[in-house]
Amino acid sequence: MMYFDHNATTPLVPEVLAKMQPYFTEDFGNPSSIHAAGRRSRLAIDRSRESIAALLGADPSEILFTSGATEANNLAIKGMALQKGGGHLITSAVEHPSVLEPLRHLEKLGFALSVICVDKQGSILWEAAESALQADTFLISMQYANNEVGTIQDVEAICRWAKGKGLLVHIDAAQAVGKVPVSLKTLPADFVTFSAHKFYGPKGVGGLFVRRGVRLAGLLEGGSHEKRLRPGTENVAGIVGMAAALEIAVGDMTEESARLEKLRDALASRLSGALEDVELNGDPRPRRRLPNTLNVCFHGVDAQSLLMSLDMEGHCVSTGAACSSGSLEPSPVLIAMKGSKELAKSSIRISLGRSNTQEHIEKLGEALVRHVKRMRSVRPAEVSA
Amino acid sequence: MKTKVLIGMSGGVDSSVAAALLVKEGYDVIGLTMKTWTEDCSTTHQEKCCGPKAITDVRSVADQIGIPCYTLSHEEEFGKTVIGYFVEEYKKGRTPNPCVVCNDKLKFGTILSKARELGAEFVATGHYALVDHSREASGGRALLQRGKDKSKDQSYFLFNLKQEQLKATLFPLGNYRKEETRKLAKELNLRTHDKPDSQEICFVPDNRYANYLKDQAGVPAHRGDIVDKDGKKLGEHDGIEFYTVGQRRGLRVAGKSAYYVTGLDPQSNTVTVGSDEDLHCAGLVASRPNWISVENIAGSVPCEVKIRYNAEPVAATVEAMPENRVRVVFAEPQRAVTPGQAVVFYQGESVLGGAWIEEGMQR
Repeated sequence: MMYFDHNATTPLVPEVLAKMQPYFTEDFGNPSSIHAAGRRSRLAIDRSRESIAALLGADPSEILFTSGATEANNLAIKGMALQKGGGHLITSAVEHPSVLEPLRHLEKLGFALSVICVDKQGSILWEAAESALQADTFLISMQYANNEVGTIQDVEAICRWAKGKGLLVHIDAAQAVGKVPVSLKTLPADFVTFSAHKFYGPKGVGGLFVRRGVRLAGLLEGGSHEKRLRPGTENVAGIVGMAAALEIAVGDMTEESARLEKLRDALASRLSGALEDVELNGDPRPRRRLPNTLNVCFHGVDAQSLLMSLDMEGHCVSTGAACSSGSLEPSPVLIAMKGSKELAKSSIRISLGRSNTQEHIEKLGEALVRHVKRMRSVRPAEVSA
Repeated sequence: MKTKVLIGMSGGVDSSVAAALLVKEGYDVIGLTMKTWTEDCSTTHQEKCCGPKAITDVRSVADQIGIPCYTLSHEEEFGKTVIGYFVEEYKKGRTPNPCVVCNDKLKFGTILSKARELGAEFVATGHYALVDHSREASGGRALLQRGKDKSKDQSYFLFNLKQEQLKATLFPLGNYRKEETRKLAKELNLRTHDKPDSQEICFVPDNRYANYLKDQAGVPAHRGDIVDKDGKKLGEHDGIEFYTVGQRRGLRVAGKSAYYVTGLDPQSNTVTVGSDEDLHCAGLVASRPNWISVENIAGSVPCEVKIRYNAEPVAATVEAMPENRVRVVFAEPQRAVTPGQAVVFYQGESVLGGAWIEEGMQR
């Protein structure tokens, strides 16, 4: 099997697994316990928090652990809404459902919401953000990098603009942390979401950066864990794994992202060289797209069938976000960017990662060219009117 | 290279065994499930065919028999093509047959297109029917035949398949009886072996279609008259959509003898009732015929006809009429000829063709 779906999830790095292992069996204590077993777990969490904070340019007290990016996004958005009690929020049309859906829920509860448009490359339109602004706008929630097309937003400019208007800013950086440099020293965001399994850590753990001084309400009630913002016994092994994985990801980020970018661009030029009507989705500029992500439309080809054909030959790609039901639907992100359901239905996402080699890329390129050509030559079945 | 087959899997025992048989016969099999429910809706119908429980069953069976399986979302298409048709037909005072439309447009339409894209030569399903491919090599037609299990034969629902569709169709269960299918499923240790048969329209809970039209499809109650064949008002009803020709229950009309629905008029929103005798027709007119064993018919052709799925085939003749219509004359009068249902013509085991019933003829 050759895996090209690293924006969906990544395999755990073996060294990370080794670091997690003791916390399942030997060092199993509850971090809230006073005895030695508990203290060992607490120490592991403290060290992980310090390590993650240092890697992101934050203070340890600003890092909260959650069950993943979905929970972190919900906590930032709904927690802030609970804190405010009412008002207006802004987001973009290309957000992940774990941002859009909590916002839609708030809308039903009486909050006002503006969903601003993006351009064809998936970048947020500034004029739209400006004109969406209202007197009681309190939060803007934007992604750092898009999960489907890889477009990287100008987050620093967004944050600066928002701060100038007195808004709070939430950045969903689930696809960015571990792939591109994210520094909370220079990025004036109030909340930043990250997720371990996107950077070769375990599933079921993620975190939310909450800038010091920002008052946030929690969504769960219980014990005093995580400053009462996220009660529940900590996922010690997961937290340890996340810290270990982030350290590795940040450690060789420059080399690894250059390597992936080269592989990706080689694949892209092979496809556009061998096939007609190939269209790149996402921002073509190097620093404005995740180095591992290639989203491409093969006009006239059904992406579901292409995905299935590739899968049956052992190539794992995706048609967009990995949806919970495992079913295949045209991507709302691509529809928001390009306004075409046809394009969305003909686009696939290839997201590279550590395991991918030059040989993988050649095999995938060969298979893509062969299947796209074959599929373009078949006609649909005729049925009665 | 093995012949590739795309099989539609509903999560029931039939399609599970059909898939297993194809694997055994040496085909390269790909499983496909059409998700026709939205998440919110499907959770209330766990046990329905193609529902969430069914999709879990498909995954388990596919893993067991070693085939890849995929779930495709067809909520929108199913809603428009099948449910939309279903509701519109009732509004026109007709009784729809959504299974025929689903077979024609989705199972052997959308899935067939998918098969072509995947390089699969055939589409298979767990239907109890047979396709005879033996004449195709010499340029002949693909024949649709009744399944070996006459009590389960589903050829009726397949009458509208075109040659292009039939030529690409396999029915692995055509030579099996239902008990044999269940026995095989048990022998293969498939978890679907004892699932109950689905007998109803898959999207109508408990087969209460009137409730479905009101609650799910938003058809409002609109009061109209119930009249006898002379136009005399006998009572009132909530809308013609909620009645079917031949129906006796729910009429709220008192009389010396039992009343049955004999006609539905959408223009005047009138339900006409009559005696059991009034329900009997000497023949019928049907439209949009599809011929299977022949390219076209000439003159008056003797055959056996089924005017509904559960009916026994009866002797009749069929002849072509202008405007893409056919006239059917029964050897004996038939009860409750229902506009909107299919009339399917058989010659021996073979399906001659079929058409959509427009109206009954009294004589």
